[in-house]
Amino acid sequence: MSWLLSYAIIFALGCYALASVLVLVRLIGGPRAHDRVLALDLLYFHGLLVMLVLGIRHQSDLYFEGALLIALFSFVSSAAMAKFLLRGEVIE
Amino acid sequence: MNPQVPLWVEAVVAVLLVLSGVFVLLSALGFLRLPDFFLRMHPPALAYTFGSWCVTLAAVVYLSAVEERPTLHPLLIIVMLCITVPVTTLLLARAALFRRRTSGVDDAPPSLTPPRDG
Repeated sequence: MSWLLSYAIIFALGCYALASVLVLVRLIGGPRAHDRVLALDLLYFHGLLVMLVLGIRHQSDLYFEGALLIALFSFVSSAAMAKFLLRGEVIE
Repeated sequence: MNPQVPLWVEAVVAVLLVLSGVFVLLSALGFLRLPDFFLRMHPPALAYTFGSWCVTLAAVVYLSAVEERPTLHPLLIIVMLCITVPVTTLLLARAALFRRRTSGVDDAPPSLTPPRDG
């Protein structure tokens, strides 16, 4: 792996970390609950991107399954929390 | 396995990764700065589309070059996100609209369907 790709990977991971900190500020201080749910969904997505970039870094396929699972859990948790905010219960 | 990939492949992958990092950072900045929830729902779409497309294409190009065969399975992530992200966004927007209408503050957008008379 050349210096070009390793610096690009470090830059991308740093961008994701900084973006996660910014989203975390909104998650902690968000005025209402739906802001926090959206921030949590975005944090899940940043985790997914980190997994994919680590898969490139280590030249491995194994990170891909983790990323797919994170996408699945992100959808399930966000949909359940949105349903809870809308109706007051998840399964009626 | 071919750990030595050509330099132009690494250049393409590096450009895609840098682009995705910039897009994700911009979306997080917009998500933090915008003043209203319905405005704040827009910047994550930047990350969900451009961020995921760039990283997934980078993974496809790089893993194909490493394994010396077409490696297309990271595209499944894009298919997954294309299905799930609109559903999540729609549910959250409905929840936010409902909560704003029931919170007593009269700043919610009006209903699109006209009220029935009678």
